[in-house]
Amino acid sequence: MPAALREVLDDLALFPDRADRIEALIDIGSDYQNFSAEQVPRDERLRVPGCESEVFFLAIDRPGGGKEYRFAVDNPQGISAMALAAILQRASGSSREDIAAIPEDLVYRIFGNELSMGKSLGLNNMLRVLKLA
Amino acid sequence: MAPTVVKIEDRGYVRPEVLVSTEWVAEHLEDPGVRIVESDEDPLLYASGHIPGAVEVDWTRDLNDQLRRDYLQKEGFDALMSRIGVTEDTVVVFYGDKNNWWAAYAAWVFHLFGHDNIRIMDGGRLKWQKEGRTLVRERPVYPPTNYDAPVRDDKRFRVFRDHVLAHVAEGKKLIDVRSPEEFNGTRLHMENYPNEGALRGGHIPGAASVPWAKAVNPEDGTFLPADELKSIYADGAGIHPDDDVIVYCRIGERSSHTWFVLRYLLGYGSVRNYDGSWTEWGNLVGAPIER
Repeated sequence: MPAALREVLDDLALFPDRADRIEALIDIGSDYQNFSAEQVPRDERLRVPGCESEVFFLAIDRPGGGKEYRFAVDNPQGISAMALAAILQRASGSSREDIAAIPEDLVYRIFGNELSMGKSLGLNNMLRVLKLA
Repeated sequence: MAPTVVKIEDRGYVRPEVLVSTEWVAEHLEDPGVRIVESDEDPLLYASGHIPGAVEVDWTRDLNDQLRRDYLQKEGFDALMSRIGVTEDTVVVFYGDKNNWWAAYAAWVFHLFGHDNIRIMDGGRLKWQKEGRTLVRERPVYPPTNYDAPVRDDKRFRVFRDHVLAHVAEGKKLIDVRSPEEFNGTRLHMENYPNEGALRGGHIPGAASVPWAKAVNPEDGTFLPADELKSIYADGAGIHPDDDVIVYCRIGERSSHTWFVLRYLLGYGSVRNYDGSWTEWGNLVGAPIER
């Protein structure tokens, strides 16, 4: 798994209390900067399926290897999507092997397992589009 | 341009007092007889900013039994109400994300314990936010109360599968509030939602299809006026105020929204929510299904 994501999980593990973890995730989400339509076109082909927060995803090849990952989150209430976008974008530049090694249950490791089914699907699809890029 | 919103009292509802505007809430932030409750699908939303003085009621942790598929019992409800500083006389105002979907669900669970002194904030969290009203991150703490709820009453507003089977046999009315694709069986789950393991698709025999969100103005999340709601439920679906009605969806949350509309905004006398819904019915051996 990319070291940057491992670091996030290690940091979140410092907050066993759910409320503290939520505050930490909100802080991560507040650092998120949305992308303009020039940076991430709002093209239906780039839309993350099942994500009600209007999320679009673009992966761009980096000259030195790896990809730059960009998530555009257009719903101002999509705070969970913004937090996950900020986290996943830290995987930019990682090797294919590291991306492939991102655990499938990453979303639950980050947010806990008390997500609704709809929310789980949207967030998990953000991870899936990144892994498939 | 923002849509024109007809005042709640001018929309022709049977019980207009159960719906309050964002203005009303803003004027009652300091009212000790009012407790504002946010209930969301997104677990980060409340903590990221909420109406000043609002407490959070989480639909998974606070309202559901953590072991059995059921809601909390009296002791849990007493503890919840004590924690959020609510007495038997407190007016509880719910609001939340997704057009008050989860707020209506919480309001319905409160009714199971006889706390029907509730309001729903028209337009929910999104309308409050769009109007540029204040959101704060401080979690309020209220003095605990000694709430003494009655034992949960599952007869007035809730039904179980055996009752639904009898209801179907008697040819009584049901409303399936899921999407048309779920209703006709081409999908086993809500669009863009995961398959929750229902083995059969379709609907309970005799049910009318009225997706829950039809009751809401998609522009701002406010409820439609009564004449438009009547057009949907009575004229369109043939469900009338004196009918004995059961509403259902997937696990009983979307149908709580329709339950609120029928019971309060249109004044239907007998509306109950089948929270077992399709995740139970679609797996129930031998249960009758239509497509």
